[in-house]
Amino acid sequence: MKKENVKSTSSVSLDNVSISYGNSIAVKNVFCDIEKNQVTSFIGPSGCGKSTVIRAINRMNDLIEGCKLSGSVIFEGIDIYAEDIDPVEVRRRIGMVFQQPNPFPKSIYENIAFGARVNGYKGNMDQLVEESLTKAAVWDECKDKLNESGYSLSGGQQQRLCIARTIAIEPDVILMDEPCSALDPLSTLKIEETIHELKKHFTIIIVTHNMQQANRVSDYTAFFNTEKKDKASGGKIGFLVEFDKTKNMFNSPKQKTTQDYISGKFG
Amino acid sequence: MKNTSQKSLKYNPSITRNIGNKALTIISALFAIISLLPLILVISYVLIKGGSYINLDTLILEPEPPGDDLLSAGGIGPAITGTFIMTVIASMISIPVGVGGGIFLAEYSKSGKFAKFIRFGSNVLAGVPSIIAGVFIYAIIVSTKILFGSMFSGIAGGISLSILMLPTIIKTTDEALKLVPNDMRRAAFGVGASKFTMITNITLPAAFSSISTGVLLALARAAGETAPLIFTALFSRYYITSFDDLFYEMGSLSVLIYNFALEPYEAQNQLAWAASFILVVLLLSLNILSRWLGTLGVFSKNKV
Repeated sequence: MKKENVKSTSSVSLDNVSISYGNSIAVKNVFCDIEKNQVTSFIGPSGCGKSTVIRAINRMNDLIEGCKLSGSVIFEGIDIYAEDIDPVEVRRRIGMVFQQPNPFPKSIYENIAFGARVNGYKGNMDQLVEESLTKAAVWDECKDKLNESGYSLSGGQQQRLCIARTIAIEPDVILMDEPCSALDPLSTLKIEETIHELKKHFTIIIVTHNMQQANRVSDYTAFFNTEKKDKASGGKIGFLVEFDKTKNMFNSPKQKTTQDYISGKFG
Repeated sequence: MKNTSQKSLKYNPSITRNIGNKALTIISALFAIISLLPLILVISYVLIKGGSYINLDTLILEPEPPGDDLLSAGGIGPAITGTFIMTVIASMISIPVGVGGGIFLAEYSKSGKFAKFIRFGSNVLAGVPSIIAGVFIYAIIVSTKILFGSMFSGIAGGISLSILMLPTIIKTTDEALKLVPNDMRRAAFGVGASKFTMITNITLPAAFSSISTGVLLALARAAGETAPLIFTALFSRYYITSFDDLFYEMGSLSVLIYNFALEPYEAQNQLAWAASFILVVLLLSLNILSRWLGTLGVFSKNKV
């Protein structure tokens, strides 16, 4: 019964998801229910497949040749890997912010307007641009130079521009793949504040290397780890160790490896 | 140990190492100058010699048949328009086909067997001598009269030039698109753009300056070609006056040079020099324009 309750408020569910590149399995058997309007963070050592899993949620892995997924990713009750699903539509509902700030080589205004326009936005574009930039906490820095190139901004501002661009398409879920790894602490702080604001409207999933960040921004945390495939090949497979409320994870983790990772004994 | 302590740290010009170094510097600089010499000599000779024959009449008038008038050979007007028309025809064929092919290679079929075959094929095509392109078009278009019964024509000339432009355009489009960071593609997909929107709105505009550079270089090569035109467009001394004239022989700067430079009459030779001047100026400016286009980066800070 309890499980039913969880299902009803979850936005994305990973059900026995295994992902492989060519013949080598990268992540196996991930079960995870991600709550609506909450921030869920994925943490874990390098190569544990957290980025692979987050990219699977909006079918970004389709762009990588030879990447296969088994199991199912359920978004609002629909298996997004079913045959009749259009990945373009999936990505309109589940937006993504990447590790490196990657504004389009267009003006700041156009960076926001482009996504909205391809999604068929018909309303007042000026208003949408202002709203999105405000929500991403970058409006004050941008308002006087909306017609300048997105590349005229600093790295942190560019990343917030990318967040604004994602907000503008009004998705249900925003995926963030290490959004702060290329930024300095001050920009990171600003982005984290932005995430807190965004939680009201969006479900957010964030991959991070930084445990303090996971602790600061997220409501739920998933800890991934790796294990050796077999002694001969030396390859690694990622798997989900523990998934719980962030509070519980950082205070009383159930697994020993989680405890060790969080306290900095490895990773 | 004793020896090193006695050696001076000062530069000694008379030891073998330093003499060798200096000699090699001088020799390589000398060869660099020699290799530049033909370029400078050819261009300056043509510009000086041809420039003196340039006046309004030469630019506008139709050329006279050799031997008619020993003092004046008329002008190169029809040849200029002919070269212009045929390169436009060639561009109209090769730009859509070449850019389209390049997009397929870079965006749709990154490493498939078919893509490898096309890349190999376009490299081979780039190495095909221009006269072969001319003979090929002669065989399939001119001698078969397939174009509404016309034989030598400006259109056939344009088609043969397009064969020469095609490999360059395919290659530069392919390379230019590959230079666009994959981040841009991911970003476009991340906001829910389809592949078509991604290409037309993001990657093609980002690659635009490199692609136009390639197109201009291809154009510069095609505009100066002679061999394919001798087999396809032949030569004409008259301006085209109607659309139908496209289906008849058409003059061009390069063929005019070829024809008139060998005439025994001084007037015709001068006209050939004038045509060389115009051709060199045209090609130089195309090359300079393409270099300038190439410097326009899309990812710089102040460009939108």
